[in-house]
Amino acid sequence: MAALTTTEPPAGSTAPPPRAPRKLGFSQTLSRWDVKVSPYLYISPFFVLFALTGLFPLVYTAVVSMYEWNLLGGQGEFVGLQNYADVLGRGGFWHSLVNTFSIFLLSSVPQVILAVVIAALLDRNIRAATFWRMGVLVPYVVAPVAVSMIFGRLFADQYGLINDLIGVFGIDPIGWHSDRWSSHLAIATMVNYRWTGYNALIFLAAMQAVPRDLYEAATIDGAGPWRQFFSVTVPQIRSTIIFVVLTSVIGGLQIFDEPRMFDVHGRGGGDQQWMTTVLYLYDTAWGTQRDLGRGAAVAWLLFVIILIVGVINFLITQRISSSGPRAPKVSRAVTRRLRAEARAAGAAAAARRAAAVRSASENTTTDRRDS
Amino acid sequence: MSSVAAAGQIAGKGAAKAAARKRARAQQHGTGSAVRGGGWITYGLLGLVLLVAAFPLYYTLLLGSSDQQTISQTAVPQWLPDLSILSQFANVVSNNQVNFWLALVNSIVISVTVALAVVLSSTLAGFSFAKLQYPGRNGLLVFVIATMAVPTQLGVIPMYILMSEIDWIGTLQAVIVPALVSAFGVFWMTQYLESALPYELIEAARVDGASMFRTFWSIALPAARPAAAMLGLFMFVQQWTMFFWPSVVLGSSNPTLPIAVQNLRAGYHDDYSLIMAGVFLVTLPLLIIFAVVGRQLVAGIMAGAVKG
Repeated sequence: MAALTTTEPPAGSTAPPPRAPRKLGFSQTLSRWDVKVSPYLYISPFFVLFALTGLFPLVYTAVVSMYEWNLLGGQGEFVGLQNYADVLGRGGFWHSLVNTFSIFLLSSVPQVILAVVIAALLDRNIRAATFWRMGVLVPYVVAPVAVSMIFGRLFADQYGLINDLIGVFGIDPIGWHSDRWSSHLAIATMVNYRWTGYNALIFLAAMQAVPRDLYEAATIDGAGPWRQFFSVTVPQIRSTIIFVVLTSVIGGLQIFDEPRMFDVHGRGGGDQQWMTTVLYLYDTAWGTQRDLGRGAAVAWLLFVIILIVGVINFLITQRISSSGPRAPKVSRAVTRRLRAEARAAGAAAAARRAAAVRSASENTTTDRRDS
Repeated sequence: MSSVAAAGQIAGKGAAKAAARKRARAQQHGTGSAVRGGGWITYGLLGLVLLVAAFPLYYTLLLGSSDQQTISQTAVPQWLPDLSILSQFANVVSNNQVNFWLALVNSIVISVTVALAVVLSSTLAGFSFAKLQYPGRNGLLVFVIATMAVPTQLGVIPMYILMSEIDWIGTLQAVIVPALVSAFGVFWMTQYLESALPYELIEAARVDGASMFRTFWSIALPAARPAAAMLGLFMFVQQWTMFFWPSVVLGSSNPTLPIAVQNLRAGYHDDYSLIMAGVFLVTLPLLIIFAVVGRQLVAGIMAGAVKG
């Protein structure tokens, strides 16, 4: 069972029995141990550190959430589910959850659509392809904190560029900070700004893997560019789309940086218009309440919610990928009739084509005669 | 190919290269295929995308070149940045509350350390998962992949308690140590090494008497170089832009660059000229790095990288 079995002599080759059993030297014993232990040794850094800094904290969150645990005072007495009752009883948690989902939907849906469109543009046979690809990736290297500061200014309620811009079209200035749903749109725009180009490149890679003869076949069948995009490209990259959506669910429900920096106070706005759940967690644990126990309850609740959403997502994904391209069931009679029609149409088309060829050749002959 | 060679002789190397590229492009898509060359609409739309991508950064320069008074009365104070932004840069850099230089050094230390450590630990684990055989391997690999979907960020509170128990609050190792390994990195290197490292090479090294670690160091690590470089880049960007955990555990007195942005905002409230100059300054290092290695970053994402 040692690693690299091929380097060991095959079982049968040690057959000649008369030879005296060889004594294993120290270096050989060492080497055997090396082969046995090394594989585990090499993966151990990941597992040890992940257990310590990933798994343990997550599990221990459940423990902390059962105690009265103050940021400054430390661990207090066991209170059971009191922290959960407090969190769920106050409106703040539910409010933040609605905000989180609202921002998530506003960011993920347009982002995926836009990314697919940009990828389709990049997939064309363009000059300086690397330049354009790098160009769409620029926002990715801007820290979310910086993005939030810049867009916080672009979306300023007064003298903001976006309000000026929509003013040109005669739209009244929008309270991007004061109005709840508008602020969600502004924050979602920041997320879209940073991630659309990144996802476009993922989609581009998927598009380039689409067999080109599919497009040729579609062209022969008379499909235009739009039809090809929707009937060939999109179905072919479906699994990649699902993958991008899945990753954006896990990330999107934990959004923090952008709402935190959207105004000076970082508390989700005066009426908590854009208070997201992780921001609420931060505010509970380190901000106003300084209550680690209650903060842990928020974290654990959000963890369960992400888990549920993830499972739902997984189930939907399974269904989509197992059903394959939609092929509606048709009765045999209909199929037979359609086939007969197709055959008739084919014959008619062939006759037409033959006629066309004949007339064309007649034309060329007349042309030649004219010249 | 003859025509390409001829182009090289007639019009010089550059022309030959361009011709070769053009030919490769035509072949890649197949002549007469459905994928047409970009018309002006394609370029126009892509140009628009680039404009949207670049404008926010340009906007920081515009505001940085202006002054507080003007900004509070108009959205676009001017259309071209000017040299007055340099004095704003000087203000940001010399401000004690912002701690710019300390933040820059901290960000470099954290990002470089984490990038190197993740590359090393992931390549080591990837080598083991991809090329060695031992009981429990497949199960462990599935476990690693499953952990990629776990929102570990939600464990911040016990992590914070842990860090304060061992007196690491406000120190860089509190940010570095939890980031030293990455499930994504392990998965990424495993996938790469599976295809890029032939068994024959490992066997040859073993026959020559190399120890397991020597085999890893002299055979696997060099073979993994392209994927390792991409992984390192991703980790670098991820750490450089990270905010949540550092802001919890480091605080404003020992900042990274994103925390310096927060300091700026706390220190200057409404002076958007200064704030935006600072935002640009904070973004600049990564932009410079991007100009040099952006090509690899693009290749990495297209090779199947996922969000970190």
